[in-house]
Amino acid sequence: MARSLKKGPYIHYKLYKKVLANSEASKKNVIKTWSRASMISPDFVGQTIAVHNGKQFIPVYVTENMVGHKLGEFSPTRTFRGHSGSKNKGKK
Amino acid sequence: MARISGVDLPKNKRGVIGLTYIYGMGKSTAAKVLSQAGVIQDKKVSDWTDEEINNIRKAILENIKTEGELRSEYQLNIKRLMDIGCYRGIRHRVGLPLRGQKTKNNARTRKGRKKTVANKKKATK
Repeated sequence: MARSLKKGPYIHYKLYKKVLANSEASKKNVIKTWSRASMISPDFVGQTIAVHNGKQFIPVYVTENMVGHKLGEFSPTRTFRGHSGSKNKGKK
Repeated sequence: MARISGVDLPKNKRGVIGLTYIYGMGKSTAAKVLSQAGVIQDKKVSDWTDEEINNIRKAILENIKTEGELRSEYQLNIKRLMDIGCYRGIRHRVGLPLRGQKTKNNARTRKGRKKTVANKKKATK
């Protein structure tokens, strides 16, 4: 179910404020965030955002192709390296 | 013999059905293409005149992507997901379902045929 157009994409307001401040000052500070549900808007391009995966922050460098995805998609929450015994499998 | 977008169409089928042999063309797109080309749907493929075939070709070229073009678009979409390293891209890479399905059992469409694990312990009663 898509979100109502009237509301626009969901971006956590504090995160958005930080991103805007960052791009205005043309700094490349890493922004930490827990807001995995925030959508990546075009303003994010070129920034590095550290997205929490429940344990640590995964740095995500935002490129143009990522616009429209959610931040959480780039910070996997599960680690599975394959079953014991199975060879050359399960590399992420 | 009608050859449209690189595919030989079956001779003795109705036009709508015959067109569905092209990749990217189902019944409803086939019907749309035929109506745009001004060909009656029930007309057999073998009965098409050269002019009609040309009209159909043009209608397809103008409106829809078929065959190679469509396949490459499909592959590019997947490649984009893999390149940006998002969750769906990772699942594509590992060959597991993308949309949150369970993988404890089943999921055989993505995982392929069953690989039996040698000496897997059976539950003992």
